[in-house]
Amino acid sequence: MGTIRLQSVTKRFDAVEVIPGVDLSIREGEFIVFVGPSGCGKSTILRLIAGLEDVSSGEIFIDEKPVAQEPASQRGLAMVFQSYALYPHMSVRGNIAFGLKMAGQPKELIEAKVAKAAETLNLTDYLDRKPRQLSGGQRQRVAIGRAIVREPKAFLFDEPLSNLDAALRVQMRLEIMQLHKTLKATMVYVTHDQVEAMTMADRIVVLNKGRIEQVGTPMELYDRPNSLFVAGFIGSPKMNLVSGPAAEQYGAATIGIRPEHIAIGEGAKAVTARIRIAEHLGSDTFIHLDTDELGALTVRAQGHVEAAPGTSLSVILDPARIHRFDAHGKVIVHA
Amino acid sequence: MARAIPLQRRLFMTILAWAAGLLIFFPVLWTVLTSFKTELEAFSTPPKLFFFDWTLENYSIVQERSNYLRFASNSIILSVGSTLIALAFGIPAAWAMAFQPGKRTKDLLMWMLSTKMMPPVGALIPLYLGFRDMGLLDTRGGLIAVLFLINLPIVVWMLYTYFKEIPVDILEAARMDGASLWKELVFVLAPMAVPGIASTMLLNVILAWNEAFWTLNLSTSEAAPLTVFIASYSSPEGLFWAKLSAASTMAIAPILVLGWFAQRQLVRGLTFGAVK
Ligand SMILES: Nc1ncnc2c1ncn2[C@@H]1O[C@H](COP(=O)(O)OP(=O)(O)O)[C@@H](O)[C@H]1O
Ligand SMILES: [Mg+2]
Repeated sequence: MGTIRLQSVTKRFDAVEVIPGVDLSIREGEFIVFVGPSGCGKSTILRLIAGLEDVSSGEIFIDEKPVAQEPASQRGLAMVFQSYALYPHMSVRGNIAFGLKMAGQPKELIEAKVAKAAETLNLTDYLDRKPRQLSGGQRQRVAIGRAIVREPKAFLFDEPLSNLDAALRVQMRLEIMQLHKTLKATMVYVTHDQVEAMTMADRIVVLNKGRIEQVGTPMELYDRPNSLFVAGFIGSPKMNLVSGPAAEQYGAATIGIRPEHIAIGEGAKAVTARIRIAEHLGSDTFIHLDTDELGALTVRAQGHVEAAPGTSLSVILDPARIHRFDAHGKVIVHA
Repeated sequence: MARAIPLQRRLFMTILAWAAGLLIFFPVLWTVLTSFKTELEAFSTPPKLFFFDWTLENYSIVQERSNYLRFASNSIILSVGSTLIALAFGIPAAWAMAFQPGKRTKDLLMWMLSTKMMPPVGALIPLYLGFRDMGLLDTRGGLIAVLFLINLPIVVWMLYTYFKEIPVDILEAARMDGASLWKELVFVLAPMAVPGIASTMLLNVILAWNEAFWTLNLSTSEAAPLTVFIASYSSPEGLFWAKLSAASTMAIAPILVLGWFAQRQLVRGLTFGAVK
């Protein structure tokens, strides 16, 4: 089991309405990622699910049982915090065992479960250390260990990787995905990093100012963003967005096209551009251009491409990949 | 720490610190010295600092005349008792203010502190009459209640400053781990706050031990602590300086020894919020 359902959930801090109303169903065993800019309410929604904040109105169901009035300790969920939030006065063993002790499980069982979790997370040699004697990555593993031994109905992660350096972040990302495959448990994961969202999620929930902008699989969001906000947020480098006369030609207030959907080449519909600057990544080259018709554009070319600043280039937009948005930023679906 | 401070400056600061320390300590030293003098030498002019006939007679007379141990045991019961009760109320109160603050939490804290600014004599008459009518005069229970209440604001304030330093995430993690409120307080908050709770406890014991206004006014014999014991040797004529000094020395010695052993803890505690 492990379904979570939010029904018209709102949250106000004093007079400020942070979450104006959220409806969402999370399926059993799903890896769902909340993504959005800082301050959009991701943590708040996660904490409402956890029970660390009280809903202002609405209901939360876990396994179809209403829990909005239950304390966090009774909801049977586990959470991994950005700050790790380990108990500093307990050993790694004590940290992992704490939840089981609170549940009053027998000693031998606790020991067996702790040993198994430590083995899974490569922590066996560190069981007697205190959290301050561990590296950031190890601390995060302890926090995860603390969560998995409890066999919770669902795991909640609040930006668990933001305090790690880039290399470790990629490694831990893979470990968490592996864990999801092994445990087949429901996981709700909050991040502001759209790369994490795209790579980890079964489904992504894009949030903007406390509202859900769009829910979908990573590919759905990439291929069919339903608003300007999602279009700009998902994908890196960002989608090129063009307003004005060029967009009106397409019957839209704004059109968008991803850098990877613009090709370098000649043709009837080619656009002439001047190269402003080029970023060489080896695998790709990001070329930043100025055009007369479309303004500034970013183009992603595969491999290494010579692109001297100041020289001219002609590019072709893939017409099938042009997204059209109305004046309110909503997508215009093809008739 | 290893900053280069010029020698001269360091010398100057050292001398200044010693001078200030001696100045503050001098009355205590003088009291202790006087307690070993005869009554005659106690007020001789010019005063004698070290070179007098050392005698223990004051101590034996004081011991004969009054029951030191009864006063001392009252002092211990009152100071420790009031402190434990203050902690029992102060820890949950400080927890609530530090981790579940409301809109009025800051005001509440200021108001609690402001009660310490009122001259206690303003509340003496009503409290005295109340104590008399309830039969609480000269009872340990009554004095423990008073000492507990007058020190509670300080206890809450000190604990609040400690608790503020503890990341709320850790308490939330305990909640997510299934800990009830009490288990969270007992197994997570309290162990993390041990240094803070210990120094609060020490300071409060010292304050309660030294509290003279209420103990002198509300007790006479049965529940009287060492402050009353000292006062019984002071007379308007000031004739018994040596015996008064002996009594004072006996009264402050236990708390001085406690303070000496706990000074590291105390200093750490009092500067906790300041330096982290
Ligand atoms: N305890 C609180 N009191 C008042 N405002 C809060 C509180 N917690 C969060 N907020 C506000 O709610 C908004 C959303 O915060 P949060 O959920 O932490 O955003 P995110 O995790 O997406 O960065 C922010 O504007 C923040 O200032
Ligand atoms: Mg957040």
